[in-house]
Amino acid sequence: MTIVEDNRHLRGALLPILHALQEEFGYIDEQAIPLLATELNLSRADVHGVVSFYHEFRREKPGRHIIKVCRAEACQSMGANALVDHIKTRLQVDFHGTTADGAFTLEPVFCLGNCALSPAVMIDENLHGRVSLDRFDELAAETRANPTAHQQIPRALSHSHKGHAQ
Amino acid sequence: MSGHLITVFVPRDSAALSVGADAVAAAIRAEASSRGLPLRIVRNGSRGMLYLEPLVEVETPEGRVAYGPVTPADVPGLFDAGFLTGGTHALGHGLTEEIPYFKKQERLTFARCGIIDPLSVEDYRAHGGFRGLENALAMTQADIVKMVTDSGLRGRGGAGFPTGIKWNTVMQAKADEKFVCCNADEGDSGTFADRMIIEGDPFCLIEGMTIAAIAVGATSGYVYMRSEYPHATATLRHAIKLAYDEGWLGDNIHGTDRTFHLDVRVGAGAYICGEETAMLESLEGKRGMVRAKPPLPALEGLFGKPTVVNNVLSLCSVPIILDKGGAYYRDFGVGRSRGTLPFQLAGNLRQGGIVEKAFGITLHELLYDFGGGTITGRPIRAVQVGGPLGAYLPPSQFDLPKDYEAFAAQDAMVGHGGIVVFDDSVDMAQQARFAMEFCVAESCGKCTPCRIGSTRGMETLDKIIAGKNVDANLDLLADLCDVMVDGSLCAMGGMTPYPVRSAVKHFPEDFRKKQHAVRVTHIAAE
Repeated sequence: MTIVEDNRHLRGALLPILHALQEEFGYIDEQAIPLLATELNLSRADVHGVVSFYHEFRREKPGRHIIKVCRAEACQSMGANALVDHIKTRLQVDFHGTTADGAFTLEPVFCLGNCALSPAVMIDENLHGRVSLDRFDELAAETRANPTAHQQIPRALSHSHKGHAQ
Repeated sequence: MSGHLITVFVPRDSAALSVGADAVAAAIRAEASSRGLPLRIVRNGSRGMLYLEPLVEVETPEGRVAYGPVTPADVPGLFDAGFLTGGTHALGHGLTEEIPYFKKQERLTFARCGIIDPLSVEDYRAHGGFRGLENALAMTQADIVKMVTDSGLRGRGGAGFPTGIKWNTVMQAKADEKFVCCNADEGDSGTFADRMIIEGDPFCLIEGMTIAAIAVGATSGYVYMRSEYPHATATLRHAIKLAYDEGWLGDNIHGTDRTFHLDVRVGAGAYICGEETAMLESLEGKRGMVRAKPPLPALEGLFGKPTVVNNVLSLCSVPIILDKGGAYYRDFGVGRSRGTLPFQLAGNLRQGGIVEKAFGITLHELLYDFGGGTITGRPIRAVQVGGPLGAYLPPSQFDLPKDYEAFAAQDAMVGHGGIVVFDDSVDMAQQARFAMEFCVAESCGKCTPCRIGSTRGMETLDKIIAGKNVDANLDLLADLCDVMVDGSLCAMGGMTPYPVRSAVKHFPEDFRKKQHAVRVTHIAAE
C-alpha cells in the first residue's frame, strides 16, 4: 500500500494510483478494488467504474511484453488491417490475448502518434514505424530474445519528475 | 560549448526513434570513437520531415547540413564522405533550412522544434524562449488577455473557439482558486503535432501555460497526457523539473509575486477524454464522462473552479504572441482564421510530416507540393481531414482553402490539422463502418444517440455492405445520422456522422458493390 501513500496527497488520486499499480503488477487485481475504495473513501462501484471505463487498465496478468498495434485510420491507409491479421496468426492470439508461452499480450490501440510512418506498433514503451509484416516478425523475435528490451525507456507513467531517457 | 567541437544532431523524437534513431546515434558515436574524431551529439526534436527520419544534421559554418533517412549501416560511408564537414553523400540534402519542404513553411509555433536541445533551458533561452513570459510578468492581466484576443488565436484542438475570449471569462470569474489545464489527449488518428512539440520544445508549452495562468489568475495547472505517449510524458516531466530548478515554475516566479505550479497527469486510453469536460472528470480521478454544458468549464471547470482548458498548440502559440505582439501573429492567415496551423500529413503519402503554414493554403498544395502524392504511387482517392470525426473529401474538393469557415461550409472541419490520405484501394463503405465502430468503442455512454446510435449505425452499415435492402438501409442510416448530429451531448456522437455521410455522399458506388454483385449473380442464374 505504499503506492497509495505515495499518491494520497494528489487531487484526483485514483488514476495515478491505478497507473502505479499497473506498472508494478502489470494489471489491476480484483482484490485491489475494495482496498482502494476503503483507502480513498470511495464506493467499490466508483473504483470498479473507473477501472472498467479506461481501455488501458488490464484486469488480468499480461505476458512479459505488451504489443500494441494501431488500428486507426492513418495506419489503415498503409495496411494496418493486414498487419493485424498477420500478428494474430503469427502469435496465435486474438486482441487482449496472451501467447501460450507467456511472452506477449496483444492489444489494439487507436493512434500512437506516428501517423506519417504508418503502420505503427508499440512494444512495451518502444514505438516502431513502417512496420511491414517481415519487420514485425523481426521485432517479435528480437523482443523474445532480449528480456530487458522493454526497459530502454524508464517508466514514464508513474508520478515522478525523473523519467527521462539517458 | 567548445567552438571547435563538431556538433551532430540526431533526433530523440518518438517518430525518429520508431525508425531507429537511437541505433544511428550509437553507430555515429562508435564510428567517431574508432576514428578518433571528437564530436558532440545533441538529441534534438524532429524538424518534422518525418519521411527523412532518422534525419542526421551536422553543424557547419554555412549552417546545418542534413542527411537522411540514415541507417546504422550508412554511418561508415557518411564518415568516409566527410559528412562532419558537410561532405557530399547520396543521403545528403544540403542545408536543412534550404530543403523546399522546410523552407516553404511559416514556422511560428514550431520555430524551435528540431533546432534546439529540448531539455536545455540555456538553448531555449538562446532561441527566444521565455521572452514572452518575461513580458507577461511585467503586464497587467487584462493587457495579456487583450494581446491574445488581438492576435486572433483560436483553439487549435479543433473547435476553433477564440482563446482570448475564453481567457477573459476565466479572468473575470471570482473564485478562491483557478486552474489552467492543457489538453494533450491527442487521440485523433493523423495527428502528432502535440506529441512532437512536447518532445521537441517542451518549455514552449510550460511557458504558454504559465502565461495563461498569470493572465487569468490561476496558481496551478495540469497537462493531461495520453498513456500512448510515454516518451513525450517522460520528456515533459523532465522539462517541468528543470523549469522548477531554474525558477520558471513554482512560487514567486523569478522574484515576482506570481506563482504557478504545474503537474502532469496521464490518461488511460480513452479517446473521449480529449473532450474537455470528460478530460476534467478524468483529471478528478473519475470515469471520463462528458458533462452537460452549461456551466462552462471557464466558470465551473476542474474541481468546480474556473478553468482554462486549451489544446497544446494553442498554448504553444502564446509565447510568440507575447514576445512579438498580437499584430505580428494576426498578420498571418485569412478571414477569421488568423495565424498558422501545423498541418500533419499522414497515412499514404510519400512525404509525411509537419507543415506549419498560415491558414488559406489548399489541400492540393499540402497533398502534392508538400506530400508528394501517395507512397504506393496510386492516385489519391480520399482524404480524411480533422481526425476520426472529420469528413472524407474527394479530389474534387482539394482546392478548398484551409480555413475554419470554408471547411464548415462544406460540412467538414479543419480540426487539429490532421490529414490522412488513402489511395484508390480504399473501400469507403468499410471506412464509414469503422467510424461507427470507433464510436461504439469510444463513446462514454452518457447520451443515447451516441451510445446506441453508433451500434445501430454499425449494424446498418453491415447490412448495406452485405447488399441487403441497400436503398432502405441508406435512408435509415441518413435518419440515424440526423439523430446523432442533433441529439448527442458532445462532438463524439455529434460528429461521428460526418465521415459516414461524406463517404456516402462522395463515394456512393462503394455502398452498392455487393448489391450489384448480388444482382449480377441473380441475372446470371436466370
